[in-house]
Amino acid sequence: MAVNAEQSYIEIYNEFQKTLCAKSAPLLNQYREEAFRAFKSAGFPSRRLESHKYTDLTDAFAVNYGMNLNRIEYTINSSDLIKCEVQGINSYLFFIVNDTFYCPASSQTEMEELRSKGVLIGSLNEYASSHPELVGQYYNKIVHADEEATVAFNTTFAQDGFFLYVPENVRLEKPIQIISVMHASMPTLANARNLIVLKENSEARVLVCAHTMEDVEFMSNRVTEVYVDRNAVYDHYKLENTHSKSSAVSSLTIRQMQGSNVLVNDLTLHNGLTRNTVTIDLTEEHCETLLCGMAVGDGKQHVDNTTHINHLAPNCKSNEMYKYVMDDESTGAFSGKIYVAPHAQKTEAYQVNRNVCMKSTAKMYTKPQLEIYADDVKCSHGASTGQMDDNALFYLRSRGIPEAEAKMLLMFAFVNDVLENVRISALKDKIKILVEKRFRGELSKCSGCNVCR
Amino acid sequence: MSENIVDKVTQGEYKYGFVTDIETDVIQKGLSEDIVRLISKKKEEPEWLLEYRLKAYRHWLSLKEPRWAHLNIPEIDYQNIYYYAAPKKKESPKNLEEVDPELLKTFDKLGIPLEEQKHLSGMAVDAVMDSISVKTTYKENLAELGIIFCSISEAVKNYPDLVKSYLGSVVPYTDNFYAALNSAVFSDGSFVYIPKGVRCPMELSTYFRINAANTGQFERTLIIADDDSYVSYLEGCTAPMRDENQLHAAIVELVVHDRAEIKYSTVQNWYPGDKDGKGGIYNFVTKRALCKGVSSKISWTQVETGSAITWKYPSCVLLGDNSVGEFYSVAVTNNFQQADTGTKMIHIGKNTRSHIVSKGISAGKSQNSYRGLVKVSPKATGARNFSQCDSLLLGDQCGAHTFPYMEINNDTAIVEHEATTSKISEDQIFYCNQRGISTEDAVGLIVNGYAKEVINKLPMEFAVEAQNLLQVSLEGSVG
Repeated sequence: MAVNAEQSYIEIYNEFQKTLCAKSAPLLNQYREEAFRAFKSAGFPSRRLESHKYTDLTDAFAVNYGMNLNRIEYTINSSDLIKCEVQGINSYLFFIVNDTFYCPASSQTEMEELRSKGVLIGSLNEYASSHPELVGQYYNKIVHADEEATVAFNTTFAQDGFFLYVPENVRLEKPIQIISVMHASMPTLANARNLIVLKENSEARVLVCAHTMEDVEFMSNRVTEVYVDRNAVYDHYKLENTHSKSSAVSSLTIRQMQGSNVLVNDLTLHNGLTRNTVTIDLTEEHCETLLCGMAVGDGKQHVDNTTHINHLAPNCKSNEMYKYVMDDESTGAFSGKIYVAPHAQKTEAYQVNRNVCMKSTAKMYTKPQLEIYADDVKCSHGASTGQMDDNALFYLRSRGIPEAEAKMLLMFAFVNDVLENVRISALKDKIKILVEKRFRGELSKCSGCNVCR
Repeated sequence: MSENIVDKVTQGEYKYGFVTDIETDVIQKGLSEDIVRLISKKKEEPEWLLEYRLKAYRHWLSLKEPRWAHLNIPEIDYQNIYYYAAPKKKESPKNLEEVDPELLKTFDKLGIPLEEQKHLSGMAVDAVMDSISVKTTYKENLAELGIIFCSISEAVKNYPDLVKSYLGSVVPYTDNFYAALNSAVFSDGSFVYIPKGVRCPMELSTYFRINAANTGQFERTLIIADDDSYVSYLEGCTAPMRDENQLHAAIVELVVHDRAEIKYSTVQNWYPGDKDGKGGIYNFVTKRALCKGVSSKISWTQVETGSAITWKYPSCVLLGDNSVGEFYSVAVTNNFQQADTGTKMIHIGKNTRSHIVSKGISAGKSQNSYRGLVKVSPKATGARNFSQCDSLLLGDQCGAHTFPYMEINNDTAIVEHEATTSKISEDQIFYCNQRGISTEDAVGLIVNGYAKEVINKLPMEFAVEAQNLLQVSLEGSVG
């Protein structure tokens, strides 16, 4: 299998196509053939592609993973799962186990509460069967299978995921928390597919916590499409806290309409190999976007954040900030592109990438890019890679703070700019505690995970 | 009002377009092993060089044109190019009277200080007309100091050991598509050797010109600065107006030994094509410097205003401890010009430093990209880099792009990158108008001010020319 990963998946598709289609909604099946062709011609992205210069995914996919194409139900012990949440936040709580949406018994009342407001929330597969017109309007419309092979792969095999629809003028005060867990006793690959739609003047916040349960190899290839209609406000927080045998590939694509406001905050604490691709299209005037993220790497962690902000209309603002702290033999990669289309005048787009390497074995690759075709714009990017300030360290130590503690303080201060960009204060506090724990090496991921016991 | 300026600015035509009518000795079009052999034979080259060319040619056959740059390169038919053209060899001229008067007139138009009165300007000029060195001045003066400054074909004849040991040592023929092509068919260029402890007393200068129609020119420059030496080298180009696209693929190799310094300045003003984007030179150059010794220093300065397509990344390999690499660049694109230019700083030695200042100016419908790499290898402790690249947009149909790459494999490195993109603000123009400066002049003033940081790095003689060039390329009839 490891010889040619693409070929084995191509065979799997040819062989199990019927099973795959029988277990999923016709709407999802409709796009498989086209995506399959795109995947077949592209194959898994290797270093030869400029977009994957620093992250080769061919090896990550070459593991002999199992896929749950037959939709065999897992026995889910929800009390185990619940231990994994970022605890103590007042939120609507749901789970995605591998790629299957799961609503715990304790969340049933909340689900009802949401439905009474007209909010549709639940399994993408179920909604694609019950509301094909609604889901069909949005599903697979903004991602392009021919541009990203992993998206094509996801579209070929996608069977379920999370669907959220917030109707006009509905504002959800409480965040929606989705705990996405990889849970299997053998190496498993899951293609979760999420779709989020916010109609005019609506507001929603989604927190995705990505976890792994067993100490086996996982590959999660997640695709999320988000539509943010006029004047809607959407926050997307993602917290990855998995283990070193896990590979995670995610594509988040957001389309913004006039006057909408989007915040994306992507935090990677523990992982194996991670590749996050974020694409945000500002398609109409007066959109605002704040995109930020941070990564803490040690061991042999590999974190790659690739972002594209496309200014396609005038008078939009975007701000981007990514920070990395790399230790041991970890590798960090950041590639950020700001594209300003012709006629997208009065654009303001800023990008900052700051990185700290703690050891000489840590690697950091950064590639900030500006592509500007309009003249009346304010755009800038800045990138730096360096180490802890010795003077600051000395200052702290001279005041009796032990070296380890002083380093921790400085690292925490360094990433704090990113953590400040969380618009839910309870969540902000939780995240800060998690990050601090991470720096102290005390973070045993989630207390309920087998991995950390 | 301001639209007017932009129109004038963007419709500026090339002022240096003329064709010199000299008989040229041309071999047939196209490229094959026979042509490579023929070039080598015509130049009376030794066996090893022919072998080198053939190896490069065979390697070139296995390569494809690079397409990763942010450029739209039309299909180039490599079989439709003359790979060798030399002014007809009558007898090698011994003094100015013997040089073809047409040629002298051409140099006059370009303002090349080849004649006696130019002697006073203190330059030694090695004029390359098409592919062969026509005349080299000051050689005797330099020879007294032990400095070798001659054409590369002469060097092959007179100093074969030097050439053999350094040729291809910085840019191997396997480096890239255009480097392989150049290694196979390179015609001529300059060779400079500065011996130990010598500080070259004058600016060395070469003017390259592309002249015969349909002639690709493939120069090869090799400069070696031995321990504790210093040299400043100028390279400037102007080319006649042509309808058909011309290919230019040069290689420049610099080797710097212990505590030596090379300052390499370029003013490039080849024909950029007319205002409809027709014609113009394709400039695909591989320039690289190797800081081999400790505390050695390289400084690249370039003012790029010409060429329809520019693909050029003067690089520094900082191998010696404490070595320093600098890169100062102004790239101007107008009309339909495309430029993808920048630098590579490869930090290998300890405590190496590099500094990058890149100023891009785009007008008309042109595309101007900065592409740079800063790489810190695991052993390069204490590496320091600062990069700044600014873009100035004149007009709303042009593009300015930055693609910096930073690959850091060492925790003691400090690498910083800053980039901004802006246009000339109404306030600045208004401020100038208020003080009685016309809008035309104000644009020129602001652009020159913007590029000053780089232009100041040029030697005196070039700084003036560079400033004029900025005016010509941008302001057209305004200037």
